[in-house]
Amino acid sequence: MTEAQRLESVDILVNMGPQHPSTHGVFRMVLWVDGERIVDCDPHIGYLHRGSEKLSEGELYSQIITLFDRLDYIGNFNTELAFVGAVEKLMNLAVPERAEYIRVILCELNRISSHMLFYGTMGLDAGAMTPIMYGFRERERIQNLFEAVTGARMMHNYFRIGGLREEPPDDFVARVRGVLPAIEQGIEEGDRLLTYNEVFLARSRGIGVLSGQEALDYGLTGPSLRASGIPDDIRAIEPYSIYDRFDFDIPIGENGDTWDRYAMRVEEMRQSVKIVKQALEQMPESGPIKAQVRGIPRPPKGEAYFRAENPRGEIGVYLVSDGGDKPYRLKIRPPSFANLQALRPMLRNTYVADAVMVLGSLDIVLGEVDR
Amino acid sequence: MFNALKGMLVTLSTTLRKPVTAQYPKQHLPLQERQWGFPALTWDGEVGEPYCVGCMVCVRMCPTQCMSGTMIDNPKHAEGESTRRKIIGDFEINLGRCILCGICVEVCNFDAIEMSHEHEISHYARNGRRVDLPMLLDMGVKYQQESNWIPPTKKKAAVAAAAKAAAEGGAPAAEAEAGEDTAEKESEA
Ligand code: SF4
Ligand code: SF4
Repeated sequence: MTEAQRLESVDILVNMGPQHPSTHGVFRMVLWVDGERIVDCDPHIGYLHRGSEKLSEGELYSQIITLFDRLDYIGNFNTELAFVGAVEKLMNLAVPERAEYIRVILCELNRISSHMLFYGTMGLDAGAMTPIMYGFRERERIQNLFEAVTGARMMHNYFRIGGLREEPPDDFVARVRGVLPAIEQGIEEGDRLLTYNEVFLARSRGIGVLSGQEALDYGLTGPSLRASGIPDDIRAIEPYSIYDRFDFDIPIGENGDTWDRYAMRVEEMRQSVKIVKQALEQMPESGPIKAQVRGIPRPPKGEAYFRAENPRGEIGVYLVSDGGDKPYRLKIRPPSFANLQALRPMLRNTYVADAVMVLGSLDIVLGEVDR
Repeated sequence: MFNALKGMLVTLSTTLRKPVTAQYPKQHLPLQERQWGFPALTWDGEVGEPYCVGCMVCVRMCPTQCMSGTMIDNPKHAEGESTRRKIIGDFEINLGRCILCGICVEVCNFDAIEMSHEHEISHYARNGRRVDLPMLLDMGVKYQQESNWIPPTKKKAAVAAAAKAAAEGGAPAAEAEAGEDTAEKESEA
């Protein structure tokens, strides 16, 4: 054996997941590594597949909302909104004003609680234990509020076709107002704790870079796309519900690296607080919360596509109805599924230790990736 | 270096605050009023029978098909004690399958089922949480006492009547009317 042959190196195949604490669910990555450097990556999904799309074809419209709760189990209200929005679009239904405001308030609070969780796990991925404790503390305030409004902490089943299930409690507005300063303080503290921490910056700046064009090609949406410098937010470019009535900014990143994707979400929390405040100002004090809909809704024959801005990106629902009480076909366009496809170009030529952070910065929820 | 120190100050200041966590199995944080535990059947204390007439609407509408039940003739109706012609015979909910969606409560027209505050139901046996009628009623009675339960239809009628009375400036005569309303609705079954 010659000297050259003996030193020839081969890529090593490393399996990461599905039972790995930092894969954010049951997700498996196959990594080809050359020393510490990642040569290629192959994401494997499907461990949480429940067949939500097929199941929907056998359920009444009112029952499908429970399935949507379980798609993105961290942004439940936003997912529910996507489904009821699609049905309302097909039925050409006007939702009462008050219901729209309550929906927006809940959705934005949900966005904050989702990003709070992201903030915590991002710190954890970088090796910092403290942020997740603080993130959960802030999230808990919102979760308690949700529990008071809907009865459930996560699987709310609260939005209805044409409105809401029931009137929120009498002290709803006061409670939301009460919780906002604490959340704002929490965001500030989180910022001071993690965002500009030197170690965190060194671990996240310039890692997992994705250019704007690449991000568009891969079909990224939401904060992950905006981090690459593309100002694309469905709440602004194609306002659904009543989002055209609020004044908010869309944060845009510069480099499209891990830190940008993180910072987008922190900034988005601030914008959400701003939207909630405006919504509380404008919300009518009383009024109906549900439009007149038959007990078992039967949308007319036809099809509709409704998209909404989920905490993770664009969630789209494509609904085909044959006029019956169950959908003929329901297609879900989940944001995390598309975002996850960009993992491969992001991970190439990074180090194994950074793989977890890059994955974390995409903020995936396996419930909707696998649906 | 400077920013890391700033972060440390945050941790320090938090150390001085009151903790928000509780030592769970020993300590419980207060539940919200609307908190949803597993569904339970309510008990009509006036007549001494369940509110449930066994109409099976909830059984049909449950997305996980975790309930089953039968409807029987109400012996108390024959004796003239009750306005319910039919009553529930047996009822079973497999709480292990229940996804706590609240659809059963929403579709019930007789105030007969409520989301109780029961939520700690772990059990060793796989199907150990199939609960039958007496257990469901136990859970229901406990919930009714805890929360000073008023039948939702009665409450709704009272609120509507009060609003009407307030609009007309008259005295609220809500209670009596509301009572009749529910009785009528029940006898229709
Ligand atoms: S709980 Fe209500 S809906 Fe269900 S069987 Fe009884 S009366 Fe009917
Ligand atoms: S809460 Fe939902 S799943 Fe549970 S018994 Fe009622 S309808 Fe069925």
